[in-house]
Formats: sequence, C-alpha cells, structure tokens
Amino acid sequence: MPSFWNNRRIPLAWLLLTRQPLRLLVALAGICFAGILMFMQLGFRDGLFDASVTVHKLFDADLVLISPRSMSSISMSGFPRRRLIQAMAHQDVVGITPVNWNFLLWRNPQTLTTRSILVLGFEPNDPLLVDSKFSSKAKVLTSRGRVLFDELSREEFGPIPKMFREGLTIETEVAGKRVRVEGLVSLGPSFGADGNLITSRETFLELLPSNPPGSIEIGLIRLRSGSDSKSVANVLRKNLPLDVRVLTQEEFVEFEKNYWRSSTSIGFIFTLGAAMGFVVGCVIVYQILYSDVSDHLPEYATLMAMGYRMKTLLGVVAREGILLAVMGYIPAYAAGQCLYALVRSSTKLPVAMDPQRALIVFTLILFMCMSSACVAMRRLVDADPAEIF
Amino acid sequence: MTSISNNEFIKEDSLISTRPAVQIHRLSHSFGRGATRRKVLQSISMKINPGEVVILTGPSGCGKTTLLTLIGALRSVEEGDLFVFGNQLRGARRRLKQLIRMHIGMIFQGHNLLRCLTAEQNVQMGADLIDGSSYRVRRDQAREWLRAVGLDDQMSKFPHDLSGGQKQRVAIARALAARPQLLLADEPTAALDSVTGREVVSLLKRLAKEQACAVLMVTHDPRILDVGDRLMQMEDGRLVPSF
Repeated sequence: MPSFWNNRRIPLAWLLLTRQPLRLLVALAGICFAGILMFMQLGFRDGLFDASVTVHKLFDADLVLISPRSMSSISMSGFPRRRLIQAMAHQDVVGITPVNWNFLLWRNPQTLTTRSILVLGFEPNDPLLVDSKFSSKAKVLTSRGRVLFDELSREEFGPIPKMFREGLTIETEVAGKRVRVEGLVSLGPSFGADGNLITSRETFLELLPSNPPGSIEIGLIRLRSGSDSKSVANVLRKNLPLDVRVLTQEEFVEFEKNYWRSSTSIGFIFTLGAAMGFVVGCVIVYQILYSDVSDHLPEYATLMAMGYRMKTLLGVVAREGILLAVMGYIPAYAAGQCLYALVRSSTKLPVAMDPQRALIVFTLILFMCMSSACVAMRRLVDADPAEIF
Repeated sequence: MTSISNNEFIKEDSLISTRPAVQIHRLSHSFGRGATRRKVLQSISMKINPGEVVILTGPSGCGKTTLLTLIGALRSVEEGDLFVFGNQLRGARRRLKQLIRMHIGMIFQGHNLLRCLTAEQNVQMGADLIDGSSYRVRRDQAREWLRAVGLDDQMSKFPHDLSGGQKQRVAIARALAARPQLLLADEPTAALDSVTGREVVSLLKRLAKEQACAVLMVTHDPRILDVGDRLMQMEDGRLVPSF
C-alpha cells in the first residue's frame, strides 16, 4: 500500500463541497458556463482564422504571387499576369496558374435574391486545386458561361447541390449575366466568403468586363519536387519588380490569417469575450468559496482550536478550488464539443476542439478557481478560535 | 511561517509526568482599551497535576472562559506566567501554541462538530492529528472511541441527526481521540438535561482517568460539582479559596 494512501486524512475539502449539493451545483454551473463561454469565444476566434483560409489551403501551389496592394481575400487587387510568366524563368518552377479572384453578385435561382459570392477564374487546363479529381471536373468549364458551384456554400445561395443531384439544369445570373452550374466542388465557406464559384478565366472576364484581361489577382507557382520554396521565393523577390509580392504557400495562409487577426477588431472581440467569461467565472467561484468559508468559519476555528495548522486549513480551501476546477471543466469540455458540432453543422465553419485550446481553457479555469480560493482564504484569517468558547 | 522543531516543545513523557499539566503564576488579563479597559483576570495562581480533574465554577462573567482560552493557547498571555506541560505561553510563537493545542482536547458548550462529517469522521478528525499511523488504524481508533462513549450504532449519522447528549459524547470522543494530556471543557452540560449531563460528565471523567489526562472543567451546573477531584471558585477575576 503506498504511503500517501496510508497517510491520507478525512477528505475534508471534498466533503465540505459535496454535503451541500445545491451550492456545489450552482458553483459547477457557474464554472461550466464560464468554461463554455471561453471555449466558444476562443473556438470562434480560432475557427475564424482557420475559416478565412479554407480556400487558400486547397490551392495546388508552392509559391503564390499577389499584388502588394492586396490586403486580404476580401480586397484583392490585380497585378500584371506577365510577372507570373516571368517567374517561369526560374529553373525550379515547373508550372503556373493565373487566377482571377473577385466577389460577384449571385442570384438565388429560387428566391431571386442576390448575394455576394467568391468567384475564382482560371484556365480550365491548368491545375488549380490539390484535389486530384478536380481537373476532370474542370473540363466542363471550357464551354462558355459554365460554373462549378461549391456544395458547402451557405444555404442562402439556394439549394443548388440538391437541385444538381436531382438532375435539374440550374441556370441563374452572376453579376447580371447568365451562367449554368455544370458541376459541384467541395471547398467550404469562410468568414470572407459565404460561398464559392469556380469558372474559366474567359467566363470570368465576361462576367466582369471591367477587369483588364492581362490582370490577375493570384498567381500560383508550382516548383520541382525537392526544391526549397523559401530560397526560390527569395530569388523571385530579387528578380521581379516591386509591383508583385512573392509568398510561399504558408506565408499566403499566414497573410490572410494575419489580416483578420490584426487589421480587424474580430480577434480582439472574441478574445475579450473569452476574458469576460473568465471574469464572470472568477466572480462566481469567489462568491461560492467565500460564502463556503464564511459558513464554516466556526468549524475552521474549531479545527484550529484542536491543533490543526493554518497551513492545513488553507490547504482545504485550495483543494476545494482544485476540485471545483476539475468538476466544472469536465461538463464544460463535453458541452464545448457539442456546441462545436452544432456550430460546424449550422455555420459550416471549421470549429473543432483542439488539444491546445482544451489545455488553455483548463489552465484558465484552474487559475480562476485558485485565485478565487486565495482571496477566500483571507476570510479564514478571521477564524478566531478564542471566539468559539 | 516560523518553524519550530518539535523538540522545542517539551513533551510530557513518563519520566517527567510529575510535572504539572498547567502551572499559573500571577496571571492577569484585561479586555478593552483606555477608559473602557477592564480587568477580567487578576493575579491568578493555580496548578493542575496530571490526571487531576478540576472543576472551576463561579458566576457568569467572572473570567472562567477567558482563563480557559488562555490555558488553551487560544489567546495571548499579557501578564504573568502560564506554563502548559512546562511550556511558557507568554510570548509563545504561533507554531508553539499550535503544538500545545495538539495536546489539549477541547470540549465546547455547543459541541462544535463539523456538520459535513459523520460522527465517525468527526472523531477521526481528532485521531488524524496523531502522525505516524495509517488511515485504517486511525479509523479503527475513531470507532473504538465512539464505542467507548456508547455510540456504536450511531457512527454514520450526521450531527443534526444526533441528540444533544449524543453530540456531546461525539465531542468527547473527538477530544480524546487526539490523545490529549489536558482536557478543557467549557460548560459541557449546558445544553443537556440533568440526567444526560451527569452521565456525560461521569463518562468524561472515567475516560480521562484511564488516559491519565488532566481535566479542567468550567461549569456553573451545581449538579456536577462533585465529579471533580478539586473544586475551584472564581469571582470577579480572582480565585476564591474553596472550602
């Protein structure tokens, strides 16, 4: 038998908490609520950053050219397509794909309302996405006025995937011009774009005649396998004029995330939301522990009179804090999982429980409970054993 | 926290058990400040020997309880000398007071049991103060003590399910479970009827004698005055010679 088990004492902290089930329940509900709030806010924040790059991650590219004036996916500027062709001069570059990228108005074929949708235009024979099945689907785009619709787009665009599977011909308007949905792809909406549409550059330019034909928003560059994308990017940066920005695939993803993180208030708002959950939790746990200590003050004084050390009694309060943290975290974690699933299914945002966030929230809850316990301990100093006679 | 090693505390072992459990010399104590300052204890001198049962009586407000809390190391000594098991309590540090308290059993007027613990667990809170024995041993000791006070069948009951006399018996068991050398009892019969009160006090005396534990019992219940080996009377903060 291990010695700690032999030397154990009456589990006073546990008994103090559990013999008042109603108060414990209130405390756990409060901690759980704070935990859920933190899970949701941090989940939304991280989900937003991940969601902002759903399309970015799918591109089949090692390097990406963008205009230096482009701030994010929702405000892409054009740059001369010549720069992409110039990049071919590098020996490690094996392929390029010029891509047009803009938001156009899509008319819902059922309700006839319009909504902004992200339209990507590329040469149908070029590779665009990593998905190997995509190139065969893309063949239909060689005909004019044909588009591929993202089946994960939000429902406000109309029940396109359902209609398409039923074999209906779907014709509608994009930017006031007639298009026909000729296939489905699976990309996923982001915070910037509620839906996606892929078409040929030819159709794209027809939909958006003001776009100069020699101007593109994104240039995808594929490198020989085994070559170092960073060093190639450096060479291209040196050789290409300043009207184009060279990014690696990771930098491209980071460029987009960084916009949402630093240039919008969204990251701040969600962090603030999580902080508020933390503060609310602190107040609740403090209230519970403080009144718990106050209610049991004569009993703590009795224990002191019996010869228990102050340290032991402080340990009891600290243990109450730890127990509350663990017992409150478990339901918060479970509820967080359920709510993430709900958010995923209703908003199609990639929100999931990642172990790092689970750990952060647990640490915050533990910190919340322990700091509240520390403040509640100050009440314990008022326990005067001379008063109980 | 000031650390005092255990050997700074003079333990009462068999060789020096002749040393008085409590020795008081010209002990005075006052409450309040300035004009409202009032002396509650005036130059008290007394001695309690190991195994002796002393009853302290007197009208309410005469300073009995103050004396008890001073001996119990729950208050700081202001004036005079107070030795418990040979340890000077005037100017004693917190750690020493806590060590002394570990060897003093206390029984309160309002039993002061922990509401969230069963009778058995309450008694074990006393037994848990003794280091070096396993949980099982301490639990068995707690059961033993409850049996000794005649509560074999009430072990898993909570304090609010027990009668006043039963609660006071649990309190006695808890105090004795820590194997004290001195028991301080403040009006242990106050909440009890005469028959139960007498029973509880007799039990307390018998068990204390078995443990060679000195007892100082404060009471103004005239029905139990004869239980003690010695009777002391207090009036206006002074000990009056008893007869």
